[in-house]
Parts: sequence; structure tokens; C-alpha cells
Amino acid sequence: MKHPVALLGIAALGAAAVTCLVLADETAPPQSTAAVTLIGPTHFLQTDGGALFRAACQVCHMPDGQGGSGAASYPALTHDPRLAASEFPIVRVLHGSKGMPSFAAVLSDAQVAAVVSYVRTHFGNDYKDKKDKVTADQVRSLRTMGP
Amino acid sequence: MNDSNLKPMKRRDLFRMIGMVAGGSLMYQAMTSLGFAADSQYTGPIKLQGDPKGARVIVLGAGMAGLVAALELRNAGYSVQLLDFNDRVGGRAWSLRGGDVYTEIGGATQTCGFDPGLYLNPGPWRIPYHHRGYLDYARRFNVALEPFMMVNYNAYVHSSRYFDGKPRRFREVQADFQGHVAELLAKSARQEKLDQALTDEDQQILLEALRGWGALDEKFVYRAGMDSAERRGYEVNRGGGLMPPPMPSTPIGLADLLRSDMWRALTFGQTHQWQSTIFQPVGGMDTTPKAIGRELAALITLNARVTAIRQSDKGVTVNYVDARTGNDAHQVSADWCVCTIPLTILSQLDINVGAPMTAAINAISYLSAVKTGLQFKRRFWEEDDAIYGGITFTDLPIKQIAYPNTGYNRGGKGVLLGTFAAGVPAFELSGMSPQLRVSQAVEYGAQIHPQYKSEFENGISVSWHRVPGAMGCAALWTPELRAAHYRNLAEIDGRIVLAGDHVSEFTAWQEGAVLSALDAITRLHRRVLNA
Repeated sequence: MKHPVALLGIAALGAAAVTCLVLADETAPPQSTAAVTLIGPTHFLQTDGGALFRAACQVCHMPDGQGGSGAASYPALTHDPRLAASEFPIVRVLHGSKGMPSFAAVLSDAQVAAVVSYVRTHFGNDYKDKKDKVTADQVRSLRTMGP
Repeated sequence: MNDSNLKPMKRRDLFRMIGMVAGGSLMYQAMTSLGFAADSQYTGPIKLQGDPKGARVIVLGAGMAGLVAALELRNAGYSVQLLDFNDRVGGRAWSLRGGDVYTEIGGATQTCGFDPGLYLNPGPWRIPYHHRGYLDYARRFNVALEPFMMVNYNAYVHSSRYFDGKPRRFREVQADFQGHVAELLAKSARQEKLDQALTDEDQQILLEALRGWGALDEKFVYRAGMDSAERRGYEVNRGGGLMPPPMPSTPIGLADLLRSDMWRALTFGQTHQWQSTIFQPVGGMDTTPKAIGRELAALITLNARVTAIRQSDKGVTVNYVDARTGNDAHQVSADWCVCTIPLTILSQLDINVGAPMTAAINAISYLSAVKTGLQFKRRFWEEDDAIYGGITFTDLPIKQIAYPNTGYNRGGKGVLLGTFAAGVPAFELSGMSPQLRVSQAVEYGAQIHPQYKSEFENGISVSWHRVPGAMGCAALWTPELRAAHYRNLAEIDGRIVLAGDHVSEFTAWQEGAVLSALDAITRLHRRVLNA
């Protein structure tokens, strides 16, 4: 059975029927890696801001955005005044900070815009006026700067 | 003249002398030219000569780096104190067994339900033969080793999108890829397309080599036949007496191999860190740190969450609290500090080191990785599928299934590694609850081993970004980051020196922790003697 479309990587993923298990009240997010490559590097394929948050962010910032702590801590994103200026979360996502990795290589401009918009309008944050709308162009302009 | 000149000089002493006079790189060159150590920069048990006059050292972190540093400094006459955040030594060199209770960041608690004798190594799990530093400590502490199967020809390579999702045996993929490539190259050679690269005579040798390497027939074709069957396996295997005669199997086409991405699985066991022989400690990866920890028990304080590391020209003070309660503030002081705390954590602590080391600490983030162990009622991978140890590779988010490299061919239950994901798939899995990670491992794994559904009993999952004492799997160095920060991370800053696999070229390997610790304390000792 041949699937030449798989060679195109991302194009194949739209067609990917990915198993979503339901366990009690938790649903597994769609998986990116339903096979772009067997082992090689890949990137996130979700486009929706909430899906991206669950796939990339909630491992550390937790499903409710409350953050967490161990020997050190992951900051909470709830009621966060630092999110008022959209550049701050965009730069963090693109370039990382201390233990936070850079997501520049694994998220597109549109994906960064989507996940930043999501965080800025959830978890008790309400930064959604038109002036502040995060765009892919804005993300692109911040890609080249250092952390 | 000192005494050593009166005795015949041992090779190791010669190396040490060259090293003292000329520094590490020349010593390595000398060792290599004598055919001794090309595979490792470990130069044998460390000897810190000279009296430190009871100088006090605080070692932070009781993983492999901290344990090695504490052990050798104590042996050299230092007064050593060793603190660790966890309630155990070993750090990421850790094993989970039945009854163990593990709470990850976020609060989810799992109790390991494995039967006695079964375990999961959620962190490191392999010791390559050339990790001579680690191997030396394992030998000195009587840690028994057994082989870790990196390449198992009968394990699977699986693509959910090809071959109707049916897994193929590693030997089929390898034999067929090699056979097709050999055939193509032989065709080029016979069409005299390689004339510019090779003489006629060399082309004849190449053809002969390709026939052998690729299992080609007399016409240099890779096809179903006894030659290819001897590599990829038989449709009907050989028998005895009046059993049916052997029948060859049919190779997978080259286009399918290429498009299915299965070829990616072939080189894993060919790279230096993964070449045979690879070992694992019998009974779990925590065996070695526990053995060293027993010897250092009197020096170790567990459950200590460090909050500040402050140095002055007089000494170092470390503040810590009880990691379980956040209470009981303590302060200890010493003359020097060896800090092996992961950078994800250290970057958040109050530590006064200079700008270059601070920048280095802040620049490095950590790899995301997930391991999930699954216990099954029976070892069906052996009983049904004839897979004894080794690894199955898949395009599914679980990425790998690794079979236990011990207890082969025995009845009873078994634990296998049902997920080993890193990078993007690990982020996605890590965001889930441990229970969901386990059930995902079962769901996805059942696509490869249908027996999962009826045989599964229990599982436990470790997402490294949620491990409280690690907050990540391993430092993510890039060539650019190394160029900018590596030396600054490794240099002694006043009275503080960092160690750990993150301060090595062996990121995520225990050998990196060992070599980094030995190098750090060698430099520290020199400074102490000169102070």
C-alpha cells in the first residue's frame, strides 16, 4: 500500500485520523507525530490556540495555567499583567527564558500568534482589544531578535 | 628526585606526568598514539595528590556527578557535605519498582504496581562499552552488569501508514534496504558510471563486495531467493526430516521502504554511543548510585531543597529547606562548592556567580522526554513474537517499545518500556495526566502488539519536565550555545564549580556526569592547593 502523500509531511497530516482516547474527563490532544517521520525531528501541527497550549505549554504551566513547583518553579499564567503587552509572551515563546525552551523551530508564526492569543484571553487574562490582537506578522518581526 | 623515579614507570603514571606538565589535550594525544585510550578520555582512577588540609566542600546534588565528586574529594582528605533534593540518591539514575510512590509537579501521584523483581529505568538505561569512567565506578562498587540489546533483528519497525499498519521485522527492513541499494550501485558500476571514481580492478572488487553486502544474486539483483532469505528471513524456515522445504520470503520494494520512513531505524545502533557492547546494571540503574551512596551515607543530607548559594572571598554558604514541607531553614558553609543542580533549577536560584557563568546557566533549556513502563501478565513479546530484548521503532507518538533485557524465556509477568518519546511528541504526552499517558501507551502499543489489550496490568509514566528534582530531561546544547557558553559554564567561578552531564560533551549520559565531576574536582583541587 503506497501513500506518496506521506512524503509531503504536513500535507499528510490533515488526512491523519488520529486516535483520541477519552479517559474519564480528560481527552488526549491530537498528536502531531502521527508520522511526519519515523524518528526524525518534527514540529507541532495543531493550529488552534487551545490545542497548542495543551500540546506545548501545559506540561509545565499546567492545564489550568497555575504553574507548578518542584526544586524550582514554573510560573503561573493566571491573571498575569505581564501579558498585557503581547511582545512579552511572543518573545518568551520564540526565544525561551532560563529553563523555558525556545519554540521558534517547532511553531510557525501563525501558531505562536494563536497560542499567545489563547493565553492572553484565558486563565483570568482578558487582553483581546483589537489594538492588541496578535498577528503572525508581529511574530515574524520578533523572530530574529535575541532572547 | 622523588621516589617514583626509582621504580619502573607504569604507563598510567607516564600519562599522568604528561598530563600534569602539558595539560589534557596533549595527554590524550599521547595516549591515543600509544593505542590505549582512543575511545575514552577517562584516564583511570583519579589521584588528587597533596593535602587539602581539611578544606570543606559542599556538593549539591547526589546524582552520579555529585556522588563521584563527593567520594573522590572525601578520599583526598576533604571535609565533604552532600545535599540532595530527593529522598534518595541517584538523581536521574533512578529505577521505579512495585510500591514506589512518585508525585510529579502538578501533584499527580502514582504508586508503582509492578510485581517484585520488575522495574523501569525512567532515566538513563544504557552504558556503552567505551564509557570507561562509569564502568570503572561500577566495577569498584561491585555492580553487576548485563548486556543491553540495542539492535534486535527480530524486533519491529512500524509505520502506521504503510503496509496496512503491519509492523515489519528489523531484519527485513535492513536486508531489503541494503539489498536494493547494493543492486542500484552495482548497476551503476556495471554501466561504467563509476569510471571516474574507480579503476576497473576496483570496480570488480566493489561488485563482489556489493554482492556480499546486499545478498545479491549472480546477476547482481536483489530478489526473493535463498540469498536474501538468509538475511531477511524465510517464508518457511528450515526444518528437519520430512518437514516442508524452506521457502524464501518476498522483499519489500525500495519505494515503499523510502516512503515509509523505515530506513531511519537502521542507523540507530551504528552510532558510537549505541554500538555494541552496551550494558545495564542488573536490577536497575539506581544500583550504582545507591552503592556509592551507601559508602557516603554519613555525608549525605536528603530532602534538602537549596534556596541560595552565596559566595564571598572567605567561603560559600548554602541555604536550604526541607523539600517536603518548605520549612526548617538551614544554612551550611564551606570553603568550596561543587554544584550539580540541573540548570533548569539553578537558573532560578539565588546564586552569586559572575556574569559569564550566569549567562551560561540562563541560556540552556532542557530536552523534553517521556518514558512509560507497562506491566503485562505474560511476556508475550517473547512467547508469541520471539523478541528478546531490544527496541521496536514506530512513527506513533510512543516512538519506541523497548523489551526487557533480562529474565529471558521465563514464564510469568514482564515490564516493558511502552513509550520513549523526546521533543515534540514528548511535550504532547507530558501535558497529559500520568494515567492518560499510560492508557495512550497501551492504545498505541496495541497497534503493534495486539496482545496488549488482554495482557496489560498496570503502568507508570515519567515526564521529565514534571520531575520535581530535574525539571527537564537533559541540557539542550547546540553548537552555537556551546561556542558562546560552554567554557563559561565549566570554569571555576570564585569558590563554585559546576559539574554534571550538562557540563560535558556527553549530554544525557552518565559518563558525562562522571567525566565532568572528575575534571571539575581536579581543577578545584589544584586551586585549593595553590590557595
